[in-house]
Amino acid sequence: MTPAETVHGRFGPYGGRYVPETLIPALEELEKAWAEARVDRGFLDAVVTDLRDFGGRPTPLMLAERLTAKFGGAEVWLKREDLLHTGAHKLNNTVGQVRLALRMGKSRIIAETGAGQHGVATAATCARFGLPCEVFMGAEDVRRQSPNVQRMRLFGATIRAVETGSRTLKDAMNEAIRAWVTHVRDTFYVIGSVAGPHPYPTLVRELQRVIGEEARAQCLQRFDALPDAVVACVGGGSNALGVFTAFLPDTAVRLVAVEAGGEGLATGKHGASLSAGRFGVLHGSASSVLQTDDGQVAEAHSVSAGLDYPGVGPELAYLRDVGRLDVRTATDDEALEAFQECCALEGILPALETSHALARARDVARELGTGKRVLVNLSGRGDKDLGHALAEIARRRPGATT
Amino acid sequence: MNRLERLFADSRGTGRKALVVYVCAGDPDLAATERLVPQLAEAGADVVELGVPFSDPLADGPTIQAAAQRALQSGTTLSAVLAMVRQLRQGGCSVPLVLFGYMNPIVRMGLAPFVTQAAEAGADGVLVADLPLEESHTLGELAQASGLSLVLLAAPTTPPGRLRAIGQATRGFLYFVSVTGVTGTRAELPADLPAKLREARAASSAPVAVGFGVSTPEQARALAAHADAVVVGSALVEALHRGGRDASEGLSLVRSLAAAVHAAR
Repeated sequence: MTPAETVHGRFGPYGGRYVPETLIPALEELEKAWAEARVDRGFLDAVVTDLRDFGGRPTPLMLAERLTAKFGGAEVWLKREDLLHTGAHKLNNTVGQVRLALRMGKSRIIAETGAGQHGVATAATCARFGLPCEVFMGAEDVRRQSPNVQRMRLFGATIRAVETGSRTLKDAMNEAIRAWVTHVRDTFYVIGSVAGPHPYPTLVRELQRVIGEEARAQCLQRFDALPDAVVACVGGGSNALGVFTAFLPDTAVRLVAVEAGGEGLATGKHGASLSAGRFGVLHGSASSVLQTDDGQVAEAHSVSAGLDYPGVGPELAYLRDVGRLDVRTATDDEALEAFQECCALEGILPALETSHALARARDVARELGTGKRVLVNLSGRGDKDLGHALAEIARRRPGATT
Repeated sequence: MNRLERLFADSRGTGRKALVVYVCAGDPDLAATERLVPQLAEAGADVVELGVPFSDPLADGPTIQAAAQRALQSGTTLSAVLAMVRQLRQGGCSVPLVLFGYMNPIVRMGLAPFVTQAAEAGADGVLVADLPLEESHTLGELAQASGLSLVLLAAPTTPPGRLRAIGQATRGFLYFVSVTGVTGTRAELPADLPAKLREARAASSAPVAVGFGVSTPEQARALAAHADAVVVGSALVEALHRGGRDASEGLSLVRSLAAAVHAAR
């Protein structure tokens, strides 16, 4: 368990490659293919073109004037990843990975999904490139995120509803890994977060870092300075690392990671792996994991399916340990409140995941005070959440009977 | 030399093939498992793998997943499994025991405390489904120092050079996974499996056990000719589960598997 134990894929004590032997050659093949592709001008140009023409990059940086006024502190700037095709930052990653799969001659794509955003992005990308796609999704999430299920089906993907465990993202990922073990020779597994066995945490970060690189340049162009803080929600951590990575060397920029506080950390019903997790091994890497005293992985809880995950990317656990992250949580209630606030004040329907970042952005803006700037990664749009969020809001109204 | 190593040292001389059986500890509860293990040995099992239940068993198919869930529901923990092993040894049970589990419960206990307690309890080997060669050095060294065998796995996808490295690093035996896939019974096993097993035996300094997918005495007999041992898991777990508290169907499966494996040369 020492950092020196494997040469690659370690972030301090975290990361590594804890998977059945059957998958190791496939991970080595992927690592090698990625090492070649990432220095291949033709490959990189193709990804950039896809993200421009298919995805809609660059995404705008927007000053949220009314949220700024409401918060009464620092200016709030939104990085509009919700405007990326399929409605979230996930497409940045799926375009790169599916292109990599084609380059490797793989004939079939599998993916796991929680909120469905990664599943939709994968399905859309596969439709565009003509590859068959199978998406594993917890049965509970299939229920919570039905618009995304319908979209994936329209894009031609097969949905595998996973009935084991808590029937959410964790179980979908177990099942996707099992399917990969079974069909490893012809199948490419498109992981949606900065989690999983090496090289996935690095691969996904590299494909998502465009968010922060673009945002950093936009900040310099728009206000000739870096933001004082960057805020992102964290489930597995792909949008957070995507926006944070470009700012890591800018030590004056505070990086605020907002986890799912669920019903409150004290209740045990949350998804706050960085805040309340302990060193462990889940889904192929060592990281900070919500678990029991005897090492069973705990069931996470969040109103948002995308944050309902008991693990977190290994690099984020490392950045927490070295003090680079300001880790906070937002409860279900706070996220639902921020969700409505962003709709009413900015005319933007944010994803419930993103609403957690917005909930804490208010505090950060107030702490920083006027004259400062906070950049929020508006990682996804909330159309998929509409039915579920409105029901949750109605349930919380005084006098509501449930 | 622990019981596992002694078993294979003895059978190497005689050419006798070994039957390894897997049961999920704590399914339906640990008292049942404690009664069962000596009966398995008596029915002809040469080695018993005790599955340590884990919430997220990503190398396991539906049968063992369900067994692990039942075991967790009955309150089974890694510590409780080790306590049961100690009880078995105190009761005079001498069959070689291999703990088969996943990394997270071991990490939670701590690698060194786990190895010490497992060895003291009387386990002979440890097999961790999500611990490939590259991640295995620390646990391997600790196990070695305590006289426990850390059993490594090889798969059909493992290339030759890597197979040699695994074959040299494994202790007790080399577990060769017969199929690309998760645990569970298969009607047919890959046609190139005998050739793969030949390569594995040539590459390994330890005896080779073949497992995953093996369920019938016919399959076991055919495979035993190409390996030093055959592992049967899901078929037994299923038979025991069907019997509820009555292990007779499971034990009769073990007897017929043992007869098939022991008849092979």
